[in-house]
Amino acid sequence: MTNIIIMIVTATGTLFILLAAIGIVRMPDFYLRLSVTTKAVSLGLGLILVGAAVFFDHMAVTSRVVAIIFFLLLTAPVAAHMIGRASYFTGIRMWDKSVLDELKGMYDKETHELKSGAETTEKQDVSANVDEK
Amino acid sequence: MTLYNFLYYGILPVLSLAVLLILIRLLKGPNFVDRVISLDLLITTGIGIITVYSILTGEATFLDIAMILALIAFLGTVAFAYYLEKQEKND
Repeated sequence: MTNIIIMIVTATGTLFILLAAIGIVRMPDFYLRLSVTTKAVSLGLGLILVGAAVFFDHMAVTSRVVAIIFFLLLTAPVAAHMIGRASYFTGIRMWDKSVLDELKGMYDKETHELKSGAETTEKQDVSANVDEK
Repeated sequence: MTLYNFLYYGILPVLSLAVLLILIRLLKGPNFVDRVISLDLLITTGIGIITVYSILTGEATFLDIAMILALIAFLGTVAFAYYLEKQEKND
């Protein structure tokens, strides 16, 4: 019974990792590839690690598996955000058929600050408040 | 079908195929950032292979190395992103 559970969980995780590998080869754009690497692989690796925890059935191994999954879920989005931000600044183009770039014109190229788009009036208000104080 | 045979002849070849596919992107990658994320994905797939191997051999100690690799992959990607952004700023 335990073996069947391990087989199912491990096979599902491996399928997700294979799909991510196919996706990183086939996707037309850097940003689409980035979305593949962060989401699908986190799920697939988590499933494989759960299979290991079921197999060993020991407190030490289970705590280790929980720690690995926790690190993975904590670090993968941060790394993806940072590399995506850096690639946007270095001028990596989107796919030709992409329909929406919501960040267009929002980033200040010099100071690397993100603007909200509706800030001309708000910024004046903020500066006025500062002057009053 | 035993668990050993399933992992040895079913799971590990598929993971190796995934590594080969990611390697294609690592070698081909049109931009530098493509190579960075494929390297990250390569390490993450390596963690999966280590985990399957630790089930095969019954050695739970290999999971420590998987944990260290998970942290190192994050550090590598963040360092690459940091210096890419900084390099762009200086130009």
